[in-house]
Amino acid sequence: MSNIDFSPVWLTLQLATVTTVILLLLATPLAWWLANSRSRWAAVVETVVALPLVLPPTVLGFYLLLALGANGVIGGPWSELTGSALVFTFSGLVIASVLYSLPFVVQPLQNAFAAIGRKPLEVACCLRASFVDAFVTVMLPLAKRGYITAAVLGFTHTMGEFGVVLMVGGSIPGETQVLSIAIYEHVEVLDYSTAHALSFGLLAFTFVVLLMVYIFNRRNPVYE
Amino acid sequence: MNNRLQASFDVSFAGFDLNAALDLPARGVTTLFGPSGSGKSTLLRCLAGLERSQSGFMQLGDAVWQDESKNIFLPTQQRGLGYVFQEPRLFNHLSVRGNLEYGFKRTPVNQRRLGLDQVLELLALAHLLERKPRNLSLGEQQRVAIGRALLASPKLLLMDEPLASLDIARKREVLPFIRKLHDELDIPVVYVSHSLQEVLQITDTMVLMRDGKTVATGPLTELCSELELSQYLGDMSGSVLETTVAAHEPEFALSRLTFNAGQLYVPLQNCAVGHGLRVHVLARNVGIALEKPQATTSFLNILEATVAEVSLPEADKHSVQIKLDVGVPLLANISRKSLHTLSLAPGQKVYALIKAVSLAQELVEV
Repeated sequence: MSNIDFSPVWLTLQLATVTTVILLLLATPLAWWLANSRSRWAAVVETVVALPLVLPPTVLGFYLLLALGANGVIGGPWSELTGSALVFTFSGLVIASVLYSLPFVVQPLQNAFAAIGRKPLEVACCLRASFVDAFVTVMLPLAKRGYITAAVLGFTHTMGEFGVVLMVGGSIPGETQVLSIAIYEHVEVLDYSTAHALSFGLLAFTFVVLLMVYIFNRRNPVYE
Repeated sequence: MNNRLQASFDVSFAGFDLNAALDLPARGVTTLFGPSGSGKSTLLRCLAGLERSQSGFMQLGDAVWQDESKNIFLPTQQRGLGYVFQEPRLFNHLSVRGNLEYGFKRTPVNQRRLGLDQVLELLALAHLLERKPRNLSLGEQQRVAIGRALLASPKLLLMDEPLASLDIARKREVLPFIRKLHDELDIPVVYVSHSLQEVLQITDTMVLMRDGKTVATGPLTELCSELELSQYLGDMSGSVLETTVAAHEPEFALSRLTFNAGQLYVPLQNCAVGHGLRVHVLARNVGIALEKPQATTSFLNILEATVAEVSLPEADKHSVQIKLDVGVPLLANISRKSLHTLSLAPGQKVYALIKAVSLAQELVEV
């Protein structure tokens, strides 16, 4: 047990952190728009955001593989810009994870924004606050529960992804070999003790994080 | 300098048309009065810039806040207004102090006209300062909301039925504070209400609203005595008299009031001689006699009057509205049969009879 390679653990935590940060920044305006838009496109966008919830990860991974490839819609411009590829790289994994975990971050935020409504912002604007000022000083604190739920779901869901990562990232140690894939490979070579150690670690970590969130949410009142 | 509030909005929202024009003195309290659904709140939101109408105009004094013909639209946060909503809408993540200071901090120092201490005293909030909004009663919350709006030093204070979410006891708790604003601060207030009782207590200028339209604008006392407007008030139609307490007669539990055209007995009032009282004389409590009743009547209030106008509303088959002139206008509501028996016509000399006890509910201190 002492010679377990922990690099997949660090890589996974890194991936989950970067993905969550990007997702929170991306999902805030998207969720706000979805919560407030009366455009007929809102339903379409909402559906697209929800797709990763129901699609088999292999389907998503397949299309991502095409899109991120050297001739793909994202991979092409990317390699022209940076001179490097996206498939089988950490950057590619981040893009894939962002898409894959998008609904887990957008939906709690959208629900929080919808529950809070526009009224607190209107009040703030009547007290001389600009929209951005009002959003930061009123909306964000009021939506705190939504943000914590979104961040934790986005983080833990990214930690647990398997199919998409395998399709897009493969299993390059130190570059794209995340925890779930490392466990799979340990099982394949019948190294059950290492698989067990990593699996239990992931299980315990996820349990503790989720427990903390639920305890926090129970103790903290919902703002309205 | 122009010291008026002028606005016009012509706009269709989902299932609702607002067609409003305002031209008011930019001082004192103006009430937008009308039944639910008459567009009062929408008009207020247009004034605040919370709704934008494609053809809209609004000017306060010399400052143009909206003129769509010139593509001018000042966003709400740049207007320097105060808005008190039906519900307190406090920021629950902030303490009372945090709520009060929210607009204050964002008001440029040279525009601040009120300090925290002043507002704490005016609204009796000092003991609540460190509490969280959810631990306050609704009445306290609404006082904080008023204070929060005042501390942003508004050039115009908009109040959308600020008492509507409160029960009667809480209303009594908050209303005196709104009256104090009126007396102690020089901020023009536009106040939305569908309660005539509230309107009587605070109004200088009244705007009557119906079906998204502004029907009439004028001083409360004048508007209440307009025959064609009394239909909007229904049972509550009646003239408003501005009076002064002249004497008390505690042995009969009566107070004697004087006004510029005579005197009036009302149930004993709990305020000092010389105090101003606004009396709403409901038209249905005013009777008419052709000759001066002698000692044979129980009516304590007998006023010489001239018939000014007779109106026979089509909707009402059994009663008529009469506008009397007793020195000031006084509305009376009598039956069609009485009109026929007395054969009243404009110019005729008559006597107006008002029971003292009928005035019990319609007195407000001013």
